[in-house]
Amino acid sequence: MNLDHISGDPVEHVLTHADGTRRRVYVTSIEKPYPHGKLIVSRTDTAGIITQCNQSFVDMSGYAREELIGQPHSLLRHPGMPAAAFRDLWDTVKAGHQWHGYVKNLRKDGGHYWVHAAVVPNIRNGEIVGYTSVRREPSREHVAAAELQYREMNGQ
Amino acid sequence: MSFNFTVSPSFPNERISDWYIFNTWLQRSLSLPIHLELYDNFGAQRAAIAAGKVDIIHANPFDASLLVREKGFRAIARPEGPPDEMVIVSAAESPAQGIPDLQPGTRLACTDDPCVNTVGRILLEPANLDTGNTVELRRETYIQVAKAILRGEADIGFFPVAAFNALSSLVRRDIRVLVTSDTQVIQHVFLVGPALHDRVDEMTHLLLTMHETDKGRSMLEALGASRWQNVQQEDVEFMIDIISTLTQ
Repeated sequence: MNLDHISGDPVEHVLTHADGTRRRVYVTSIEKPYPHGKLIVSRTDTAGIITQCNQSFVDMSGYAREELIGQPHSLLRHPGMPAAAFRDLWDTVKAGHQWHGYVKNLRKDGGHYWVHAAVVPNIRNGEIVGYTSVRREPSREHVAAAELQYREMNGQ
Repeated sequence: MSFNFTVSPSFPNERISDWYIFNTWLQRSLSLPIHLELYDNFGAQRAAIAAGKVDIIHANPFDASLLVREKGFRAIARPEGPPDEMVIVSAAESPAQGIPDLQPGTRLACTDDPCVNTVGRILLEPANLDTGNTVELRRETYIQVAKAILRGEADIGFFPVAAFNALSSLVRRDIRVLVTSDTQVIQHVFLVGPALHDRVDEMTHLLLTMHETDKGRSMLEALGASRWQNVQQEDVEFMIDIISTLTQ
């Protein structure tokens, strides 16, 4: 992330991903409201690299489409999300099942947006060839509950 | 041997004769006996699918899942144009200005259209409304859904955008749109069953070139489309994956 793209008062975090790589991100407290009626859709290969996304995904992420395609989905990982949630997600979808959960995503400008996410493995001829994620608008009550749960999981 | 063709019951009633004209054109073009059977509701159509009485279908996206994944149907085309979106409406004088204003106990009127109802239910989630805290009033037609709202029998109603736009301006004047879906991905598809797989290339070419003649264009226009668009099997598999996340 580049500080030039951040709006608001950023706080610096260093994220450690599952593969051990580290990434510096800047986070503000600004939440972008979920756009009513929309589905945010993206698709990755089996390694979690974004191969396809719809316009709502582009709009909410704050990135240009060209900046998203070919990047790992963890580009949107917010430091408020516990690593255990993503471990659970990957364990579930790699086993061929759907995963549902509430996710706080990081925008390019340091802000965030909450989604009710579902991830489904794309199974073709009996093999997982990638994953599709579909996000929809969550209720504020579910967001509040998830926020509390994730803070506890992060030991905050 | 005659083959059976059907169309998802979500199309407006005034297009019934246009689908018969399309079927006559399809039969003649393929030199194939094809019987068009139009069902009044989704339940009757699903029973026909389960009984193996459908060989060709212009299917709604939710039935496409079953037909492609479990019945071996192949997707060959889809109408060019925007995806199938829906609206949730209330009476114009309703105090609710948006979905978050809706309360438990909300009475919703809808038909048995699985596509519209599934997306509609998802759009109610931000208000924490589900089947457990709402009252669902099933109606046969979208005109009856509108009447249920205008008579105060229902607080909200689910409509496909096309059906909502087909309501008279007088009716629409007394109705407020609370939210319009923007899924960008869910669309009807033209599917061919296993008994006709050897004719798939021919049928695909026929549909994709239909707009090139005056007669074809006129038939398409009557059905509310400008042309058929090529669809790859993977496009439909992707749509089915998306739909599977909405139904669990």
